[in-house]
Amino acid sequence: MYSASFDYYRPKTLKDAIALLKKNKDAKLLAGGHSLLPAMKLRVSSPSTLIDIGRIKGLDRIKVSKSTVRMGGLTTHAAVESSKELAKACPVLGECAGLIGDLQVRNRGTIGGSLAHADPAADYPTVMLALGADITVTGSRGKRKVAAEKFFVDLFTTALKRGEVLTEVSVPAMKTGQGACYLKHRHPASSYAVVGVAAYVSLKEGVCSDATIAIGGATTVPMVADGAADALVGNAPTVKVIEGAAQTVAEAIEDPLGDVYASGEYRTHLATVLTRRALTEAFKRAKRQK
Amino acid sequence: MGYVGSSVKRVEDPRFIQGKASYVGNIIMPGMVHLAIKRSPYAHAKIKKINTKKAKALPGVVAVFTGQDLLDGGCGPLPCGWNVPDIKTPTRYALTVDKARHVGDGVAVVVAEDPYIAADAVELIDVSYQPLDVVIDARKTTELEAPLVHDDISENTSYEWALGDKAVCDKAFEEADHIVELDLTNQRLIPNAMEPRACVAQWTDTTEEMIVWTASQNPQLIRLLLSAYTLLIPEHRLRVISPDVGGGFGSKIFHYPEEVITPWVSRAVNRPAKWVATRSEASITDSQGRDHITVARMALKKDGEITGLHVSTWANMGAYLSTLAPLIPTALYITLLAGLYRMKGIWGEMWGTLTNTVPVDAYRGAGRPEASYLLERLVDIAAHELSIDPVEIRVKNFIGKDEFPYQTPLAFEYDSGDYHALFEKATSLADYAKMRTDQTDARDNGRLVGIGISGCIEASGPAPSAVAGSLGFALGLWESGVVRVHPTGKVTVLTGSHSHGQGHETTFAQIVADELGVPMTDIEVVHGDSGRIPFGMGTYGSRSASVGGSALVKSAEKIRAKLIKIAAHQLEAAEEDMVYDRAEGKVYVKGSPDKSKPFAELAFASYTAHNLPEGLDPGLEEISFYDPANFTFPNSAHIVQIEIDPETGEVELQRYVAVDDVGNVINPMIVEGQIQGGIAQGVGQALWEQGVYDESGQLLTGSLMEYALPRAASFPKFEIGRIETPSPHNPLGVKGAGEMGTIASTVAVANAVMDALAPLNIRHLDMPLTPDKIWSAMQKVGEAKTAKVEYFGGE
Repeated sequence: MYSASFDYYRPKTLKDAIALLKKNKDAKLLAGGHSLLPAMKLRVSSPSTLIDIGRIKGLDRIKVSKSTVRMGGLTTHAAVESSKELAKACPVLGECAGLIGDLQVRNRGTIGGSLAHADPAADYPTVMLALGADITVTGSRGKRKVAAEKFFVDLFTTALKRGEVLTEVSVPAMKTGQGACYLKHRHPASSYAVVGVAAYVSLKEGVCSDATIAIGGATTVPMVADGAADALVGNAPTVKVIEGAAQTVAEAIEDPLGDVYASGEYRTHLATVLTRRALTEAFKRAKRQK
Repeated sequence: MGYVGSSVKRVEDPRFIQGKASYVGNIIMPGMVHLAIKRSPYAHAKIKKINTKKAKALPGVVAVFTGQDLLDGGCGPLPCGWNVPDIKTPTRYALTVDKARHVGDGVAVVVAEDPYIAADAVELIDVSYQPLDVVIDARKTTELEAPLVHDDISENTSYEWALGDKAVCDKAFEEADHIVELDLTNQRLIPNAMEPRACVAQWTDTTEEMIVWTASQNPQLIRLLLSAYTLLIPEHRLRVISPDVGGGFGSKIFHYPEEVITPWVSRAVNRPAKWVATRSEASITDSQGRDHITVARMALKKDGEITGLHVSTWANMGAYLSTLAPLIPTALYITLLAGLYRMKGIWGEMWGTLTNTVPVDAYRGAGRPEASYLLERLVDIAAHELSIDPVEIRVKNFIGKDEFPYQTPLAFEYDSGDYHALFEKATSLADYAKMRTDQTDARDNGRLVGIGISGCIEASGPAPSAVAGSLGFALGLWESGVVRVHPTGKVTVLTGSHSHGQGHETTFAQIVADELGVPMTDIEVVHGDSGRIPFGMGTYGSRSASVGGSALVKSAEKIRAKLIKIAAHQLEAAEEDMVYDRAEGKVYVKGSPDKSKPFAELAFASYTAHNLPEGLDPGLEEISFYDPANFTFPNSAHIVQIEIDPETGEVELQRYVAVDDVGNVINPMIVEGQIQGGIAQGVGQALWEQGVYDESGQLLTGSLMEYALPRAASFPKFEIGRIETPSPHNPLGVKGAGEMGTIASTVAVANAVMDALAPLNIRHLDMPLTPDKIWSAMQKVGEAKTAKVEYFGGE
């Protein structure tokens, strides 16, 4: 497990990091390193330059306001999992973070790294889609915000352009009558999501007024199941309505991924089961959210 | 002193848990070169040309050698040490010369100043391959269109083997009331020891001596093979050391190519050399386990009496025969097919076939889990089909406790046991009757709850050397043990066994402390260094306590006899009037405890030799070579409860009850640790682990991202009990505890899953029982919901 040789920089500021990114053509950013370093050791990835942004100050902050939750790109999974503020403002974030890898991974891995890596089986992208997150990227010309739905382009490919750093993720804080839930079928070896489903719902006077269901692991890019939301909005979330919404997921999944552990057919099935379960739990939480 | 039988804390653990252990990978020497091996990406390909020019030109590269270089440099082929009759052994070189025969087959070796340069240079070696057709499936090897893995071995069949009385077997089937038929696969496993294999070698040009450090379970065997077959350095100029070894599960028994390449390179470049496997390399080069395809039939009377068993197995040997490979599916598999039962009509036949996969050899349990799996699956299906409770059908067929020693129809003579008491203890510990009532209630509520039973036998403690020889082994299977008492009364114990996690430094010290009556803290156990220990056979097959421990008992007996002679002489009493007090560590005159000599004083006297009986040699050191009279036969009753999520097919382990008879127990804590670890490993096979090759011979589960090992969080608390029927074959009465858990748990869990699915009329699924596989089976039988079915109802 010996990587190819590479140059290593450890900039102190974001500005320096961006400048280094521009200068070094095939440079990779190193944050927690839990996806990148194994790939380099296997020589699947051999970047000529690593830019270690891990010690840039201020990129690991969690900021919660009445309307918004913001997390710096370097916020570790463990920090998200254990944040009391997040547990109040948007509990599904901690729920998701706590399901990533193991404690060692969560102590090092970062939310920015996970989103920028765009592994189809990662947990965060699915939740960000369901919550309608905005992803802030910073380049030499300043910041721009990309909606999560536009951010994940393809397998391991995002809307990040050359020279840009993922600096922040923001999601709306949960309000009265809103609830969310993330469930995953964990791969017994990798702990990645074979399928992960994130459900966000909003209730007004017992009727579903808004919903987003996102599914990860089943396809090359995590997807939003619009049909499921359509089946919910305007209806009271009865068992039958939820089941109906879940059933639309099976049709929405095209070309599901399949491997030794789980066939495409099984992934599709899991997606429907987990959608029903996640929705049921999300509605339960929505009723409790004051 | 009474150490034996108590849970003494492991004396080796402080260094392990404080990071102070010394593994081969930790060795650093001045001037050391680092090796990396160019491996074939093809499962089967002709090697047309190897261009090493670019690699050699890379700064920091010392040399690059190919298989031809090693051949020209005098390396011999790796031998197979177990030769059944008419075996065709394929030629295997440390680096292949003509063809690559599995993904990972070594083609060339880079020698470099550091491991990074070595890895860079490997990528610069240009091998031109001509890919060939591939054969993966053990049963398809003999088909006409199957390519030959080795041109000189027709139909890819290396050997065939059979045992039993076919006439009695045929008669049992003719007279059977009921016949159970089952086709099953026992899937390929990848051992995944915590420490990857590693080798360091140091050639000293001036004295022409070689030291090889290797992560091995049996360094003396490696030395012999290096000396006599592969490296051809005289044994007295070759020292092999296995320092601390981080697990093996069998995979570190064998003589591997890198153990030839590393010392050969050290001599060729006259510098110390080091090779450490990466985890990825381990997946494609460590010998793998299991991989049987079996067609089996069981004959029964309608009351559940088992009368016959007919087994045909295709055992996948991989691309070459690993060191002991032919032993596993023959004398450790077919011989065990009688299990705990009285049945007479058994016929087992097998074919050892070659494929374009990593070689297969012993892996924890080795042959015995395969035997137990098929036998106990058949018994469970029979119980279901005859509406007899699975515990009841087993008990009905058990060999009685008064029938020991019991001669099975498959060559083995079982030593001792009480299978009825074993099952009584297990069923009462589990509260089996209540488990079944609760299961009925759960089924009424649509839940898929399953209870799995296994009753397993194991042949441990290999083995009487003459028997091993008659079965095909090129060596003996005795063990050596030295007890060296120093002048001050401190003791060094030298053993030919090898601990790669088992805790021999503790258990062997417990044994010798009790035998001599000295504190454990006065005893040091040395193993693994051919420069210090006598020739010995190492550790596998749960043999260390029964064979290695017994050698130490014999040596301690000799020490006691000598001390009695010295004490009698000094106390002016007759030898036969002397008592060796093992509690106090002294020798006294019978009836006069005051007239005594303490152990340390006698030890010192033996070395001063001022006042010894006439004709007695000075000094106090004894060696014994213990050759066991028979195998030992541990046995077990395991009861498991699982529940399947009817929507997703996920299996939840809810209870695990294990009662084992491993004979006398030296250290209950260590034995329980072995049982627990074994259970976890066996459940790994039932639910998660699988070495999967695609049609082109690529290993699809070659990393721990795909190959699912068991984790602590996946298990309920194990409920462990034991009974002890001492083995009459060895002075310690021990049977061996290393493998029973693994043998018993795989089929217990598989039976539990199939029991849960029985109401859906799903009869059998091959392992691993993954959610997808279970869900797909439920889909096939229709609605994935439980029908109300009377199960094991009977009258």
